[in-house]
Amino acid sequence: MNEQDSPTTGGEVTPTGEFGSGAVRLDQGHVVGDGGIPERFENPGFGPHIHRGTDLDEVAAKRAERIVGGLFLLSIVGTLAFVVAYFAIDKHSTVFIPGIGQTNALHTALGLSMAATLLGIGLGAVQWAKTLMPDEEEVEMRHPMRSADEDRSKFVEILGDGAESAHLTRRPLIKYTLGGALGLFAVPVVLPLIGGLGPLPEDDLSVSFWNGHKEEDGSYPNKPMRLMRDPQNTPIKASDVTIGSVFHVMPEGLLDLEHHILEEKAKAAVLLMRLDPDDIKSQKEKDWGHQGIVAYSKICTHVGCPVGLYEQQTHHLLCPCHQSTFDVTQDCKVIFGPAKRPLPQLPITVDDEGYLISKGPFKEAVGPSFWERGSA
Amino acid sequence: MSTETLPTGRPADQLRDGDKPAHAAPSAAARKAGGFAGWIDDRTSAAKPVNYLLRKVFPDHWSFMLGEIAMYSLIICLLTGALLTLWFIPSAGHTIYDGSYVPLRGQMMSEAYASTLNISFDVKGGLIIRQIHHWAALMFIVGLTVHMFRVFFTGAFRKPRELNWVLGTILALLAIVEGFAGYSLPDDLLSGTGIRAMEGFVQTAPVIGSYLAYAIFGGPFPGEMIIPRLYSAHVLLIPAILVGLFIAHITLVAVHKHTQFPGPGKTNDNVVGYRVMPVYAAKAGGFFFIVFGVIALISALFTINPIWAYGPYDPSPVTAGSQPDWYMGFADGALRLLPGWLEFSFLGFTLSLNIALGALVLLPLVYTVLGVYPFVERWITGDEREHHLLDRPRNNPTRTGIGMAAIVAYSVFMFAAGNDIIAIKLGMSINDITWAFRIGLFVLPPIAFWVTKRICLSLQRHDRELALHSRESGRIIRGADGSFHERHDALTDRERWILVQHEPVAPLQLTPEYDENGVARPAARKDRLRAKLSHWFFKDAVNPVTPAELAAAHHDGHHAEALEASDHDAIEQGADTDSTGLSSGSPVRD
Repeated sequence: MNEQDSPTTGGEVTPTGEFGSGAVRLDQGHVVGDGGIPERFENPGFGPHIHRGTDLDEVAAKRAERIVGGLFLLSIVGTLAFVVAYFAIDKHSTVFIPGIGQTNALHTALGLSMAATLLGIGLGAVQWAKTLMPDEEEVEMRHPMRSADEDRSKFVEILGDGAESAHLTRRPLIKYTLGGALGLFAVPVVLPLIGGLGPLPEDDLSVSFWNGHKEEDGSYPNKPMRLMRDPQNTPIKASDVTIGSVFHVMPEGLLDLEHHILEEKAKAAVLLMRLDPDDIKSQKEKDWGHQGIVAYSKICTHVGCPVGLYEQQTHHLLCPCHQSTFDVTQDCKVIFGPAKRPLPQLPITVDDEGYLISKGPFKEAVGPSFWERGSA
Repeated sequence: MSTETLPTGRPADQLRDGDKPAHAAPSAAARKAGGFAGWIDDRTSAAKPVNYLLRKVFPDHWSFMLGEIAMYSLIICLLTGALLTLWFIPSAGHTIYDGSYVPLRGQMMSEAYASTLNISFDVKGGLIIRQIHHWAALMFIVGLTVHMFRVFFTGAFRKPRELNWVLGTILALLAIVEGFAGYSLPDDLLSGTGIRAMEGFVQTAPVIGSYLAYAIFGGPFPGEMIIPRLYSAHVLLIPAILVGLFIAHITLVAVHKHTQFPGPGKTNDNVVGYRVMPVYAAKAGGFFFIVFGVIALISALFTINPIWAYGPYDPSPVTAGSQPDWYMGFADGALRLLPGWLEFSFLGFTLSLNIALGALVLLPLVYTVLGVYPFVERWITGDEREHHLLDRPRNNPTRTGIGMAAIVAYSVFMFAAGNDIIAIKLGMSINDITWAFRIGLFVLPPIAFWVTKRICLSLQRHDRELALHSRESGRIIRGADGSFHERHDALTDRERWILVQHEPVAPLQLTPEYDENGVARPAARKDRLRAKLSHWFFKDAVNPVTPAELAAAHHDGHHAEALEASDHDAIEQGADTDSTGLSSGSPVRD
């Protein structure tokens, strides 16, 4: 078996030795080498068949038969149990199962009896196959996937003849117009699909409920709005916000909406926190807040999950989806995780009655990044 | 194909005669069944192809059941899914819940969520159907993934099965998209958060992101279009493609005839196993019921996706521990590992590679790499032949190493999606864990490759050792001259065959850059790369023992396989010098 000895045709990348030469015939693949020793071992062929207990012993076969029958019987019993459970067990009754706990009795009974029905059939059939059905392996020959050469050339011939007899080659007008028509025929299907999927975003992603209603000329009032507790929908007095507390806030009027409430919530949700003003390291954060009360968008700048977890001691906000961590003392800049941008801050102040109000809308788009967010 | 494999030149009627057993008179029941079959055959001439399928031989191995698990789980999903459509309302329209689950009564929610609660609490047996549907979906993807591992590590994707590997890859990708669409439908807080993240992913597509998001959601997120659209994809579009490709997949399996593991009597030209009728009809048919039964058992005992515990979707609250189903974990994990500095702003435009790489690039990339692997390997090895005998994974150490490295990389991504859970369970810092995963992503796959390859090579050397010197019996024999030697039990030819059946391999040889006339060959560059890769693929190859090597070992180790310890090394050296296939040159030792 010398790879070096095997002839290689010059100029080609040729696999060495046996490799790559013709079909594999492991059983006949040896070549007689030096000293009459074959290059490869020869496939020794099948070993003697070892009979099973059930082939030799009628008692064992009988036992196997009884096991198969018993399993099929289990299936029938399972089905009956399923029917009984379906009608007899109240759908709200519960049952205690050790290791699993309190669970719905009907659900468990239906599932277990169904499992018995199915496993009875399945295990019975497999047991039957393994003990009583023939277990002598049989041999089927394979054939190369490649079709006979004449069939392959016939195929090329048929295609060529077809194109020729249809005048496809001789009449280019037909060829090119057909090509054009087939290339374009999807347009009537695809155009309504693309056109009808949804509206264009326009400036929608860059504004929120805090901007107010869009005017006819496309501008926004950007008027101050009260900060409302969610879900109580009540205004918040600055004095109610104690140090360390956190409020879930929506703009005034949002929770009264009849339509599109979720769409507005998805952009307008705000977290309101009060810190010791001395802890706040950013002057802009102090200026946009009110005596240490600061309001930040709750929508993560990564992919838009709500930033749900506020660590009171460290003043960190953590998004539970991908663990971006924002530091509230540093204008909510990202201190860990996959997000890049800080959470947008909502400028706030208090009105005459002492309730917290926004000084204006968010100054940038909230939520996940998008290509044109900076240009809005 | 089917007609080719039957003997040709026989008239059809004669063939049909042969199908009927001449010796036994058919019973009344058989005559009745035969009569019905005859009625069908009169109208379809189905007898011949059906006979062919019933007589088909399938080889037996436990790992061939993995694909079956996937196939049956898919069927179970189709069955239970059809039932669920009877009760599920695919609408984001608002409704006030008045069903029997008290904690949510009176709450505003979508009809999708309310109807899922209805299935879970008010439709008798609805919960078990829903649970089976979800568990079967998970089982489907587990099954197809492990099936894919089996096909990869045994080289079953080689010619002529490359196309079927590509089909399988597409099926695997569609399966996870189908799964995502499915678990998003109930519109509970967890799945809604998943859709929210998906919207964020889409939004980061360069240039067209926001337009794409508005097209998919029919306007601003969440809107009322996404649930019906996901529903249409989940129950019609994707299942239709899945089932179509699956039928093509299984048809190709029948056309190619199943691969088999090497063994005595098994060659590249035959299939050794049992016929469909009766053995595989019972085994495979029974196995469907076993898979179904096990899923029913799991569904009865272990709750999956308790949507009632999450509440209806609202974009402002969130639950800690938000994880997708396991098969989406790798993409979610990638998002947790990608650092924020991959977001860039220039000229007022924002490019969020920290999201796009994990959410938009990774998924197609993984499946493209998978899909092209057979073609790359074929190019590297230059092997153009048909392969129907499977490789033992140890006999292709480089491929096995690549596979393990890929699995490790995938696992790092997948476990990274649970970094918060790991942090809580182990009481560790989530930051440290995330960093460990980030480093692990680059460090662990090469280690996995190296370790796996070394293990494979060791196993191959062990096989050689065993084939050459048989098994040590542990019986020490004292010779007449007072020497001691250990008796080695001889291997039978059939035992040895498993160890020596595989083909010797060697790297492709580098072709000259200039032809005989001294003209530079244009393909030389490509060939150089190819030869280099081929060298990398095969350089450490441990080739099987040849008869000559065995004869040398026997010759030196006379006394009927009883080898003296002092003789042993000499035999090894003799074997090594004889073997040109042993390129590693490292002596084989006890």
